[in-house]
Amino acid sequence: MGQRRSGKSSISSVVFHKLPPNETLFLESTARIQKDSLNSFMEFQVWDFPGQIDVFDNPSFPFDMDAIFGEIGALIWVIDAQDDYLEAVARLNATILHLQRSYQHINIEVFIHKVDGLSDDYKLDIQRDITIRIQDELSDQGVENAPVNFHLTSIYNHSIFEAFSKVIQKLIPRLGQLEAMLTNLCRTCRFEKAYLFDVNTKIYIATDSTPEDMASYEICSDYVDVIIDFTEVYGSWQRTPEWRKRLEGPPWEQKLEDQVACEWAESGMVLADAQRPIMLREVDRFLALVAIMKEGSYEKMPQINMNVDVVVKGLTEFFEITKSKMTPTAVPGGVTAVNGNGVVGNGH
Amino acid sequence: MADYDQPNTGASTAAAAAAAATATAAAQAAAQAQLKKVKKQKVLLMGKSGSGKSSMRSIIFSNYLARDTRRLGATIDIDLSHVKFLGNLTLNLWDCGGQEAFMENYLSQQRAHVFSNVGVLIYVFDIESRDVDRDLATYVNIISALVQYSREAKVFVLIHKMDLIQPMTREDVFDRRVALVRRKTAEAVAIVRKQKPELTGPSPPPPPGPGGAMAGSLPSPDSPIPDLEVSMQLFATSIWDQSLYKAWASIIHDLVPNLSVIETQLASLGVAIDADEILLFERTSFLVVSKWTSPEGESNPYGDRFERMSNILKAWKHTCSKFTGTPRNAEQFSDFEYKMGANFSMFVTKFTTNTYILVCMPPGEASSIAPS
Repeated sequence: MGQRRSGKSSISSVVFHKLPPNETLFLESTARIQKDSLNSFMEFQVWDFPGQIDVFDNPSFPFDMDAIFGEIGALIWVIDAQDDYLEAVARLNATILHLQRSYQHINIEVFIHKVDGLSDDYKLDIQRDITIRIQDELSDQGVENAPVNFHLTSIYNHSIFEAFSKVIQKLIPRLGQLEAMLTNLCRTCRFEKAYLFDVNTKIYIATDSTPEDMASYEICSDYVDVIIDFTEVYGSWQRTPEWRKRLEGPPWEQKLEDQVACEWAESGMVLADAQRPIMLREVDRFLALVAIMKEGSYEKMPQINMNVDVVVKGLTEFFEITKSKMTPTAVPGGVTAVNGNGVVGNGH
Repeated sequence: MADYDQPNTGASTAAAAAAAATATAAAQAAAQAQLKKVKKQKVLLMGKSGSGKSSMRSIIFSNYLARDTRRLGATIDIDLSHVKFLGNLTLNLWDCGGQEAFMENYLSQQRAHVFSNVGVLIYVFDIESRDVDRDLATYVNIISALVQYSREAKVFVLIHKMDLIQPMTREDVFDRRVALVRRKTAEAVAIVRKQKPELTGPSPPPPPGPGGAMAGSLPSPDSPIPDLEVSMQLFATSIWDQSLYKAWASIIHDLVPNLSVIETQLASLGVAIDADEILLFERTSFLVVSKWTSPEGESNPYGDRFERMSNILKAWKHTCSKFTGTPRNAEQFSDFEYKMGANFSMFVTKFTTNTYILVCMPPGEASSIAPS
């Protein structure tokens, strides 16, 4: 939600429909609530609200509050940082107050948007200004500790993906276990940083416990992009049966599936200075594990692949358990098994 | 393999193996002469002011990002640059400022200086330009001058800034503009043909026959003017997508000498390692210099994959440079391998000092390219 022309539809087109940022100029203004379903490891629905309608105060079309807010996990409010944001802040405050009364579980995420082109100092000034305005207003109304978070975003760089990642991460059940698995992997394989990416949106749903680093997120996310493009160009079309027959013929006499070591996508990359190679491993249809390794790791790829294999198995188990909505008590059991498997890496 | 860098010496070596010592000398001299000629020929980059000539030059040859080109100022007069390509091939690139005063100057005082000995003219049209008639009038003048002084020059017309047109109507707009430019070119050539006795000076060529000459006729000072509107190539381009790489790859294709040697070598490599597709990229620009595709690979539905690969790899190079903090022109990655289960395997790696190679292979044992 947010004021009109603040960039809501642009954000959802760029993140969820892979629209090139410069083509968002052609987007029409949104007239009705747009619902986008996102099929991934979890099912998400993104609702894009038209900015000109006030949901709470609309006598001619009363909205069904429960239908709208009853099931949502996070509310993203977009503020145009290059515009006069006072009105937007006032409306945001009204919204927060409404939500706090009846739907306290909703995380409110404020995207201070269109910050590309602003200087770093100015960005921070705006963020501080908006934060103070909102918090003052809320405490005046007697609302303390509302779950409000602020992100500086722009569709022209990775910040919008990073902000969305943080929003989505809060909605993942048992995120801590996922992170523990990745941290474990990083330790045993001497990785610098590992990310679990949602391939379609390039949102990362978990990372290890080392500090956040924009640069490594950028390179990993671009790496996923390159792999997607390669796959589309060379892997998305059917080869002829003769081609397959020739490859499965002598001297190997095996089905192609049995000839390859790993049925999922695997990739490695070495930089010119031979430091920090990067590896990628597909986890399932939606997720990929991308890790930045340390110098010299590329020579030990087979061992690393084995460790990664184990973690990938663990991740798959994890998602099966959380997806099937088994009782929460079952989840720790499944994860313990994963941690137990991770011990294989100790031979490193 | 090292010969891929030095197409010229490669040719002379081949000649040496075939002939006696005297003949070798002659062949070398011929190769030298050809080399000299190639080197001397210039590449003119022209178009109206603000149409994006310097921007595309910076992206292709200086590793600029598309959004960085906003910082470029207007080109004053002619910006001469010698672009090193594939190591020892130097492109003599004349980036001509497009403001009207300069244009008039090129067409009058500097006419012989600018338009003689041109190998390639790249003319850039801004699709968003409001005064199309005037653009075309300038273009006609440039073509006349070009035909007058270097008639065997190749002409490439880039219809630029296509990203500003709505995606749905792009093809239509482009087709209409192509027809218009071709017609104007034909008119310009026809006018020069008619006026030629007065215009050409020392050695006036004979008037062309009713059909004109074929595009592929031998270039000589007396040869008739070729039908430019037939031989010219037009491209829709934008600095924001891969279309730019397509246009420049075909421009470069015409400029690299002895390309056929590279192509045959690449083909034999492809057959030897049982690949599906091989692309050879120039190191800095990542333009596709040469390519080979197996019969199986030909069924790939992505016709635009070559320029797409250029674009992807160049973007990837930028990402790496941001990550490592090294300059953009520096070499960024040395190996990239990707195995897509039972679908395909591929790798991109440093090939020679000036090239990268991309190889797409079938999956499975046959393609076991284990990194050692």
